[in-house]
Amino acid sequence: MLDIQDLRIHFRNAPPGKDAVKGICLHMDRGEILGLVGESGSGKTVTAMALAGLLSNAKTQLTGQIFFEGLDLLQASRETVRALRGKDIAVVFQEPMTSMDPVMRVGPQVEEALLVHTDLSPQERRQRALAAMADAELPDPETVYRKYPHELSGGMLQRAMVAAAIISEPKLLICDEPTTALDVTIQEGILNLLKKINREKGTGILFISHNLHVVRKLCTRVAVMCKGELLEEGPVDEIFFRPQAEYTKGLIAAIPTRRKRG
Amino acid sequence: MLLAKKWDRRPRAAADAGRHRNHFLWMGSILTGIMLVLILVGYVWTPYETTGMSGTEKFLAPCLAHPLGTDNFGRDILSRIMEGAGSTFFIALCVVLIGGIVGTIIGCLTGYFGGVPDLVLMRVCDAITAFPSILLALVLITIVGYGKYPIILILGILFIPSFARVVRGEVAKERNLNYVASARLMGAGHLRIIFRHILPNTIQVLLPIAAIGFNNAVLAEASMSYLGLGVQPPDASLGRMLSEAQTYLARAPWYALFVGLAIVVMILGLSLLTEGLQQRRRS
Amino acid sequence: MEPILEIRDLNSFYRQGGNAFSRGRTVQVLQNINVTIGQGEVLGLVGESGSGKSTLAKSILGMTEYQGEIIHHSRRPQMVFQDPYSSLNPAFSIRRIVEEPLRIYGKYTPAQRKQRVEEMLQAVGLGPEFYDRRPAQLSGGQRQRVSIAAAMIVRPRLVILDEAVSALDVTIQDQILDLLMRLRREYDLSYLFISHDLNVIYQCCDRVIVMEKGQIVEENTVDGIFDHPVHPYTKQLLQAAQ
Repeated sequence: MLDIQDLRIHFRNAPPGKDAVKGICLHMDRGEILGLVGESGSGKTVTAMALAGLLSNAKTQLTGQIFFEGLDLLQASRETVRALRGKDIAVVFQEPMTSMDPVMRVGPQVEEALLVHTDLSPQERRQRALAAMADAELPDPETVYRKYPHELSGGMLQRAMVAAAIISEPKLLICDEPTTALDVTIQEGILNLLKKINREKGTGILFISHNLHVVRKLCTRVAVMCKGELLEEGPVDEIFFRPQAEYTKGLIAAIPTRRKRG
Repeated sequence: MLLAKKWDRRPRAAADAGRHRNHFLWMGSILTGIMLVLILVGYVWTPYETTGMSGTEKFLAPCLAHPLGTDNFGRDILSRIMEGAGSTFFIALCVVLIGGIVGTIIGCLTGYFGGVPDLVLMRVCDAITAFPSILLALVLITIVGYGKYPIILILGILFIPSFARVVRGEVAKERNLNYVASARLMGAGHLRIIFRHILPNTIQVLLPIAAIGFNNAVLAEASMSYLGLGVQPPDASLGRMLSEAQTYLARAPWYALFVGLAIVVMILGLSLLTEGLQQRRRS
Repeated sequence: MEPILEIRDLNSFYRQGGNAFSRGRTVQVLQNINVTIGQGEVLGLVGESGSGKSTLAKSILGMTEYQGEIIHHSRRPQMVFQDPYSSLNPAFSIRRIVEEPLRIYGKYTPAQRKQRVEEMLQAVGLGPEFYDRRPAQLSGGQRQRVSIAAAMIVRPRLVILDEAVSALDVTIQDQILDLLMRLRREYDLSYLFISHDLNVIYQCCDRVIVMEKGQIVEENTVDGIFDHPVHPYTKQLLQAAQ
């Protein structure tokens, strides 16, 4: 479904030769959950932004190919990409508090993608939004629909964000650290929700995180990034039990555990 | 947005920006430098006596003897600009200092402590800003009298709210940051926290409002003197001269032109200089 | 074990929606907290946002109103904050940040201060090349080292670590935890280690208290908590951390 070939991202204000992403190749099958792991500055977020078409041309320079369903996103016209974004490719960000417009009710924000990409009537949109919110396991969607973002807790908001992302039934859902800002027990709920969506709707999920623990719970395959390069990728257990790259070994050794006491 | 924010925090991105040449800084320095040289020289020497009138040399166009021409009393315009710019600069500087220092102190205290004094002082500031400043200045002038020093005092008072408000907002924002909490944990007193810890962090907003304040003060002095309430004849100030020049706009257009140009150079130079300084701070 | 801090029947409140005219309404955030921290002990404090962890820390440091007794058996405790971006004064150099506490105490000559600052920065692994930099020029991990240095230069006996490693990448987190444990041995410190990450708590605490909605719901040794959790909330937390 997704095939990235030799993707390079260069920030125009950085010195030449210093690329944020240095020619990575990555592929993702339909309905797969791929984890993209790395520390801050590894280029994982920038890569996701590039996939979602959220990097501005004025500030960044992209080379290589990103094939989505056989279409090269970097060559395609602006309109084609815009038609994909929000419909076939959706994004959930880290900070639920800042990714929603504080002066707009939650419901209309969940519907946003439908407003842009379809010509459904307001009633139909509302029905779809309520259904998506129910899918995102928000209790009492009718009430949540009318609330403002500040009236919801972080976990509820993140569920609303997920609802907004899945409303147009995207083929690819990019989650950029969606659980990092949340408490552990809430985190657990969101992870289970993502798993359920993947299972029931066959949505492919690109899950970006620095938290190996979380990645291990959710993903089937993992790619490790460091300083703009893709170090290794493989099935989750492979990477965790038989890491090849020194960096990955260090990363896994750094996971706090009880064994390390003493 | 999210990405841009993350990226901006990288030390490297900031360092790269600093490597570009700081055009604002050197253009501002040149203009301000020219102005300051004119002013400083003007204190000790001017080409002609600034009050020296001459019946035969009225309204001379720029020529070798009088590079910027002469005015309605046959006085050399260059000499008068040198003197006038000095007094305008001095007045504006004093106004900004009074407004800036008092405003900063008020802003720091109200922003840090909040409560009733904050509420009261801020409403007073609102009240001052609510009146048209010229009107308020006129009222105050009738109380204090007119002339150079009363004008400094009055404009200074009128400029307090603009500083107080901005500093207050900034201090209120900074006081909730953890470095302030750490300082308190170490046992630092309130005054130390306000003036040693928080104040240095408000410089980046103080600098531009001081620059804008200076510009406004130059213009305010000009309008006061234009109304005949500031610097008194035969002393020169840029505002005073501009109001005289207006009468003779048709006969001697260069008079108004050169005086206006002096005001522009003074204001522009300082604006560019502060913008440049800010850019340098950022990198 | 000698106690270094005892908290008895602590109730804490905060005022909501107050202004100059009304005092607003009072919300209780801590209910009947009883805690003792022993000399040289690392006490873990777990709970989710809103459980009152930070309020407890603030009460210990005297930064909020409270009722009850907090008995300090040492000098003023210090604190290391979560966010390494806002806890360092951006206008100061690293040297100045670490020196500031000594200046406030005011008992040292400039030469003594300089020496102690350099020793302390050395101890947290920051070399001379960092002395004159500003916080903006440092990475998250380096900033946290500066925070630790500034907290420890006054030689406190008790340090409160409020999510001190939560904002850091795992490898950096690991290094900072090592540093904290080393400093603890060297300076004979006690820590109140606040975290939402049970795995981190695992690694470095002796005893753990679990808070929910302003109350302590469980208190045990680290092995006790992890092997035999009693309270349902603790079980839930443990499950999420597996």
